[in-house]
Amino acid sequence: MRQLTLLLAILLLSSADVLAQERFFTRTGHIWFFSDAPLEDIEAHNRKVVSILDVGTGDMVFSVPMKEFEFRKSLMQTHFNENYVESDKYPKATFKGKVTNIQAVDLERDAAYEVRVKGVLHIHGQDKSIDTVGILEVRAGRLLGKSTFTVTPQEFGIKIPRLVRNNIARQIDITVDVVYEPFTENSL
Amino acid sequence: MVKLSFLLVLVCLPLTFAQAQDELLKLAEATDSAASEAVSGSFKATRLVNGHSVETNGEGVLLFLISHRFGTLNSGAYEFFGLDQATLRLGLEYGLTDRLNVGIGRSSLEKTFDGFLKYKLLQQQTKRGMPVTLTLFTSTAIRSLKWPDEEESLDLEHRFTYTHQLLIARKFTERLSLQLSPTLVHRNLVPARQDENDVYALGGGGRFKLTKRTSFNAEYYYLLSDQTREDFRNTLSLGFDIETGGHVFQLIFTNAQGMVEKFFVPQNTGYWSKGDIYFGFNISRTFDLKGGEEW
Repeated sequence: MRQLTLLLAILLLSSADVLAQERFFTRTGHIWFFSDAPLEDIEAHNRKVVSILDVGTGDMVFSVPMKEFEFRKSLMQTHFNENYVESDKYPKATFKGKVTNIQAVDLERDAAYEVRVKGVLHIHGQDKSIDTVGILEVRAGRLLGKSTFTVTPQEFGIKIPRLVRNNIARQIDITVDVVYEPFTENSL
Repeated sequence: MVKLSFLLVLVCLPLTFAQAQDELLKLAEATDSAASEAVSGSFKATRLVNGHSVETNGEGVLLFLISHRFGTLNSGAYEFFGLDQATLRLGLEYGLTDRLNVGIGRSSLEKTFDGFLKYKLLQQQTKRGMPVTLTLFTSTAIRSLKWPDEEESLDLEHRFTYTHQLLIARKFTERLSLQLSPTLVHRNLVPARQDENDVYALGGGGRFKLTKRTSFNAEYYYLLSDQTREDFRNTLSLGFDIETGGHVFQLIFTNAQGMVEKFFVPQNTGYWSKGDIYFGFNISRTFDLKGGEEW
């Protein structure tokens, strides 16, 4: 009888465990971008990125508050918000997508898995399909996600006047670095 | 029937996926929406037109400001409508922190040196909280021009003028920002017996953005009472700002010749109606002195 209860308890606990680990979450995700231009390099970091990953379905979303991008030069930051991404009008960038091979990630085994992410990136009121690869690393119950991809300002309708065109690179490398914790009711 | 339900499943499957993502995104956006953000870029420059705006330079940013006012437009063709004459002010402004700025300047008018401190006390927030940006401004101007009568040289203290301002601004929309600037100018030496040493004035103005990089600015300083002689006028200034990267060009039409508060607030003699209009410009260039430390 005692053995049976123990078995039941273990079963119950483990199922609850699975349920709790279905969704992973972060609100301190780090996204940074870098553009290598003839005149000066431009770099900005955002450490207030919110992201949720559902490991059951592979659904993955990001919500990026644009004003939280920090530049080394305060004037660059002002120009970024005022003239380019228009953060008052478009305060958030979002990504709605999917880890297409989420089955490959074994949450029980600490290791780094290569994943493929597909989805729609929404910046400055414009959508763009993104198809990129990244790394999902399982480490002590957490998920470490990393990816790098490239966009251009033109794809998002961000116009750069001829006068400053040489100051800003055509290509902007975006790096995503997030540490997901298991999502619980307390996460919000 | 089997085929139909299979088809249904096929159609519905991506739909439910998309819905799940929308739901997740809503959840994600909800968690960060609580944070209110600081409103940036109420004005393009640290000057509205003649007077200061609420804007401060960021930490480690040095701003070099060249201001120019030509002569009056009504001086006629012989003076090339004022362009033959010019007064100049050169200034440096530095951000000790993002909120605290210190500045110095030298005007050719009365060979005046000036120094100021500017502190952004409150910052307007987007969602809730502070509705305005409030900057405190205090400056000292020192006349270094020799007294007209060398024999009757006055004391050093008579060369000093102090200005204190509250700069209160609100960015109402992306394009429209308005500012109110209650001002006190204290003069140790006044031009005439009727003048008070303390002059109170109310400044007001704003900007309307025409494009992302250009804006139309206006500024008016109203002398609150008759502490000054009758022939001193209120100052009306119109400006057109053009921003190009680290430069801001401000083209200006104003009835004040001086570029520090002691001139354009209490002792301005120009009449707009008579064409005592000075054309001029402010050109500012920023330099980042913070160096290239790593992130």
